[in-house]
Amino acid sequence: MAKRNFVKIEPDECKGCKVCVHACPKECLHIGSDINKIGYQYAKFEDKGCTACGLCFYVCPELGAITVYKNEEEEKEK
Amino acid sequence: MIKHQKPEAFYDTFERKGPGQKTTHYCPGCGHGTVHKLIGEALSDFDIADKAVFLAPVGCGVFIYYYFNSASIQCAHGRAPATGTAIKRVHDDSIVISYQGDGDLGGIGASEIVHAANRGENLTVIFINNAIYGMTGGQMAPTTLLGQKTKTTPFGRDKDIDGMPLRISELLNTMEAPVFIERTTLGTPKGVMNTRKAIRKAIQNQKDKKGFSFVEILAPCPINWKMTPVDARKWLRENLEKFYEVKNFRDKDGEKQSGKYPWMENAELLELLDIVKEKDKQTTRKTIKNGEEKVKIAGFGGQGIMSVGVLLSNCAIKKGMESTWLPSYGPEMRGGTANASVVIAEEQIGTPVVDYPDTLITMTIPALNTFEKNVNPGGLIIVNSSLINRKVQRDDVNVYYVPATELANKVGLTATAAVIMLGIYAQIKGIIDTDILKLILPQSLSKAKYVEINLKAIDAAEEYYKNNPL
Ligand SMILES: Cc1ncc(C[n+]2csc(CCOP(=O)(O)OP(=O)(O)O)c2C)c(N)n1
Ligand code: SF4
Ligand code: SF4
Ligand code: SF4
Repeated sequence: MAKRNFVKIEPDECKGCKVCVHACPKECLHIGSDINKIGYQYAKFEDKGCTACGLCFYVCPELGAITVYKNEEEEKEK
Repeated sequence: MIKHQKPEAFYDTFERKGPGQKTTHYCPGCGHGTVHKLIGEALSDFDIADKAVFLAPVGCGVFIYYYFNSASIQCAHGRAPATGTAIKRVHDDSIVISYQGDGDLGGIGASEIVHAANRGENLTVIFINNAIYGMTGGQMAPTTLLGQKTKTTPFGRDKDIDGMPLRISELLNTMEAPVFIERTTLGTPKGVMNTRKAIRKAIQNQKDKKGFSFVEILAPCPINWKMTPVDARKWLRENLEKFYEVKNFRDKDGEKQSGKYPWMENAELLELLDIVKEKDKQTTRKTIKNGEEKVKIAGFGGQGIMSVGVLLSNCAIKKGMESTWLPSYGPEMRGGTANASVVIAEEQIGTPVVDYPDTLITMTIPALNTFEKNVNPGGLIIVNSSLINRKVQRDDVNVYYVPATELANKVGLTATAAVIMLGIYAQIKGIIDTDILKLILPQSLSKAKYVEINLKAIDAAEEYYKNNPL
């Protein structure tokens, strides 16, 4: 199974502030059009060479919204 | 593998507005959440979350205790460094983190932070400088920039009217004692990573008992700055960072402060305060049912509720027991509701708060209405039947009716009714007795001319109870 780096966003914990979007050096993050339970359009991940650097995790003001995986099997990504 | 995830130092859910909630109460893009995450990560990595004591400020950070699975104290506005000083003096090994905004720390609390820093208290202070009062809706803070428009500076902050923005880090840097002072920024991801480093250092310093460590963090308040979170970070870089230099001011590595405070044993302390001699303590200590008696004395302001509470507490202490007294007033000077919580115990008291009293002493109907249901089953309710014309509805408690106000009028002073109630209480429960009441009473009255009539009131209580025992 291929291993790679990726980020999981908890849809209902994101407030769509876009701070992570601007922080990612690889432009892996964007705000999607879906609206979450608390009324925000939330961030989504699209792998464009994620290095698992964690910048998105650190800048994000929501404590549990972002989890960063390094060298993880793809099937866990969803 | 998971490289970064919600740090363990946080609760699973943040139940401020009900169960299951996982988001913070902060506005989208607020700087507070980012700083929380950095602190939480440090506590988890250093494995000290269970030793951490957070000092919650007044300001948007007030709900910090909903997030961190650590101890916390909600401090009076700006007084966190004083509270933290006290905690460190008695719990040297705790990790005290004072988390304060610029209004809290730089405005109302400017004095506390200056003196705590000057004493070199072994504290970690995290100072969120967002150049505004966030929680109250965007008024000028001491750190608001010149020209910056806020609710209270609609034409922009003016040096001649409002003074210059306060550079707190520079101010503290004039002192000798602090070991670490750094200003960081959340304006860029790199700034966030440097903030992370500074926070870790400031916490590590406290662990190593080095002394006062201070991190000022330039943080966005998108809501009150009236910008998007992304624009707010840009504004922060282009304005706040220009006036507030982002740099390390001081990092005195390797210097240890002694951290040893003179310590006094309880007995010595009691002696010094002239409260009770240790030997009296053994002989007079009463056995209280369950080791603790919780009393609520309730009525109107002006009825002597508070003084009688203090009197009861002092009698218990004189008898060699532990006791606390906690007043609760309505806003009115006279006539509003008032109640005093008194705890008497054989051992140390955990909390002075009395939600479920063993004894309720009620002077008025509203007081009875409020507290009757809370009395512990098997407990006691003493009712001032002169002012309360209804019966107690509970059938699982002991009730004693005494026309205290009538008796007081007969003695010659209506205000002694509360003392009469206390005299009755002493005789029913036997935890304190009327002799000790008479002994302590003169010391607790501010006016000597009332001593005699109050002593007569206790006599009246004795006589009434002799004729009408429970
Ligand atoms: C004694 C007292 N004075 C004033 C207030 C009103 N008040 C509440 S929060 C606050 C200032 C908050 O600003 P800051 O410390 O910068 O924190 P922020 O909300 O921006 O995070 C003030 C003045 C109060 N609660 N208590
Ligand atoms: S971990 Fe780094 S590279 Fe990956 S999405 Fe987050 S910021 Fe981008
Ligand atoms: S920084 Fe956090 S809250 Fe903001 S958009 Fe990204 S994931 Fe959502
Ligand atoms: S008002 Fe400002 S400081 Fe307070 S939560 Fe909102 S953005 Fe944050």
